Amino acid sequence: MIKKPFFGLGKPKLKYSGVRNIEGKDLKEIPPPNRITLMHKSPIDELGDLALSTGDEVKTGQRLNLRKTGEECLTSTATGTIIDISLTTGYAGQSFISVSIEAKSKDLWDNEFEKTEKDAALENALPFLSSLPGISDLSSLIKIDNPLNTIIINGLDQDLLIATNQIIVKTEAENLAEGIEFLKKITGVKRVIFVVPPSLIPEANKSGAEVKVIEPLYPDATPELLIKEILGNPVSPSQSFEDLGIGFISAEAVVALRTAVVEGKMPVTKVVTVIDKDNRLTAIRARIGTPVSDILNALNIDVSEGDRLVFGGPMSGRGIYSVDMPILTDTDAIMVQDKDQVIPVGNDPCINCGECVRACPAKLPVNMLIRLLENGLYEEAAQEYDLLSCVECGLCSYVCVMRIPIFHYIMLGKHELPLTGSLEESNG
Amino acid sequence: MDSQKLFVSSHAPYWHNMSSLSSKSYNIMLAALPAVIMGIYQYGPPALGVVALSVSMAMIWELIMNTVMKRPVSIGDGNAAVIGLLLSMLLPATTPWWTVVIGTFLAVVVGKQIYGGIGCNPLNPTLVSIAIITLSWKGLLDFDETLVNYDLGFYMVYPLAALKHLGTSVVSNYSVGDFLMGQYAGAIGSTFGLGLIIGGIYLILRGMIRWEISIAFLAGVFLTAFLFNISDSEKYAGPLFHLLTGYTLIGAFFLATEDSSSPVNFVPMLIYGACAGFLTVLIRNIGAFVDGTVFAILIMNVANPLLDKIRPKPLGKGIKHA
Repeated sequence: MIKKPFFGLGKPKLKYSGVRNIEGKDLKEIPPPNRITLMHKSPIDELGDLALSTGDEVKTGQRLNLRKTGEECLTSTATGTIIDISLTTGYAGQSFISVSIEAKSKDLWDNEFEKTEKDAALENALPFLSSLPGISDLSSLIKIDNPLNTIIINGLDQDLLIATNQIIVKTEAENLAEGIEFLKKITGVKRVIFVVPPSLIPEANKSGAEVKVIEPLYPDATPELLIKEILGNPVSPSQSFEDLGIGFISAEAVVALRTAVVEGKMPVTKVVTVIDKDNRLTAIRARIGTPVSDILNALNIDVSEGDRLVFGGPMSGRGIYSVDMPILTDTDAIMVQDKDQVIPVGNDPCINCGECVRACPAKLPVNMLIRLLENGLYEEAAQEYDLLSCVECGLCSYVCVMRIPIFHYIMLGKHELPLTGSLEESNG
Repeated sequence: MDSQKLFVSSHAPYWHNMSSLSSKSYNIMLAALPAVIMGIYQYGPPALGVVALSVSMAMIWELIMNTVMKRPVSIGDGNAAVIGLLLSMLLPATTPWWTVVIGTFLAVVVGKQIYGGIGCNPLNPTLVSIAIITLSWKGLLDFDETLVNYDLGFYMVYPLAALKHLGTSVVSNYSVGDFLMGQYAGAIGSTFGLGLIIGGIYLILRGMIRWEISIAFLAGVFLTAFLFNISDSEKYAGPLFHLLTGYTLIGAFFLATEDSSSPVNFVPMLIYGACAGFLTVLIRNIGAFVDGTVFAILIMNVANPLLDKIRPKPLGKGIKHA
């Protein structure tokens, strides 16, 4: 926990962790687990029309089509038998189809991807690449009709204490350069910008991309702030990044792309920064779908009742409620917080001290927003106080003297806003 | 999935900078202590009595209101104590006990609790109380009248009253050193200029108050007094006199900066502070009251919601769509 400094009259200055904060030099390999659980974000909240069933045999690297129609697919990261298919709910009501596989000790690689890739043009390989470690959906970068004009590769991480991308930039600079070549080829994008902290300039210069250096000050690596910083024209809340012709990809996903294309094997592992109770960082490489318990056991990290488990970092991560939860393609970090460090939120009203307004990187009137959001006035919050300009960094809650869960209210507001709109339409 | 350990789950962020309202309140009281101790040292047990009664009565009123309104007990956050302490700092040492009891009632109940408690008050609670006392009991805040039996070995005349009634000739009776060291008649906690400045700088550096408001307020007082002074130095005292007398310093660092009744955006903070300073000198020089700080800040409190509409463009707003 970084406390407010004794003398502190400005906004909080929180630095992203560097690679040097990682304990030990190498990535620690986590052995493949006995049971793998793969999760796929499902646009619909039902299990109908499934193409898979329990008892099916799968191979490592095999593309699993989830439904008989449609493009939804997963990449199996183990060889074994499907033992369970179920529907779970994640953050903000997001539905996931979860597929559990009982893994055999020996990996048998599926060679369909290799064949497809060798036989035909690169485009045919694309359906396989829809989910790569470090990115949930590559297809948003590939627009055949209307290609993007810029892709920003993030060599920094999403949150404090995470070093997943940075360790990849540090250790796999050559692979990254190759990956960028493929990225340019398949997306048709001319301008690729590689964003790194000053400590990674030598590695970034090997990449062949346009290198931009930013000070690793939280939350400057957030996509919205990167666009403003690097391209000079901030994105309006009513536009998507795609509207502006800008795509984002993490350094890890670029390397995974290269692994797939050059080695002909679907990447099945993910680099994860594990943050223990004393905020020590360990970088590990594990199969996607490995339960958190296996990783914590391998690192001898104890968790007890009342502790907190988080996917992601301390400012913007998502809390999880079970050690059986598997790591997903976009899980960059697992954070364990001791119960003594869990800070309860307050239930007192805002005192208008202005700390959040000072801290907000998007210059939002957070003091007014919280008054509206607490009362469920989401539309007014969006129209008059720019709810949708929020970049979701969490600094407002971090500095709040009354410990109001402001960030939670903001995310609730953003979630509820489209729902209230449709409710009014149906009522009208 | 097996039944297993229960984890605490909540929304991000999982860190906090560990600031809290109680630490903020205690820091404000700590910063006010030098001035209070000086007042008690000068005026003796009566001053101590006023301070102690004011702080405790403010907390008792808060507790009573908590009970009556069936809300959680909030005296632990220190806000009521701060209100009581600041109120006592504005009163003369000889204030009768019933005034303190009524004054704290006006501050805590009328100034704060009836609006819904902390954070909901549109006006500074301490100043609401002082304003009502000023208007209701004319002599109570007349420092020359109330301190008539004191002789502390320095010029025992309240400078702003002397200026109002006798003109600028009195200015030469005081030196800047007197003002800084509290060597003049006045309220318990608002005469020791050096102590207030040190306390204010402490609060600013620790980020407990918003420096923009304090600086703008002092600049507003200085500039307005300066303009009056150059227009007619026979009639109006110089800027330094106005900066260091009356409630100016306590107003700049402890009263104008009250969170709920002051703006939070940069430009509004400057306007708010500067206008309060401007009004202070205006009331002192051409208004009816001896000191203008109380009403100047209250008037700007009222303007606060309007002022705070001036705010920076948020990220991504005001862009021409291509």
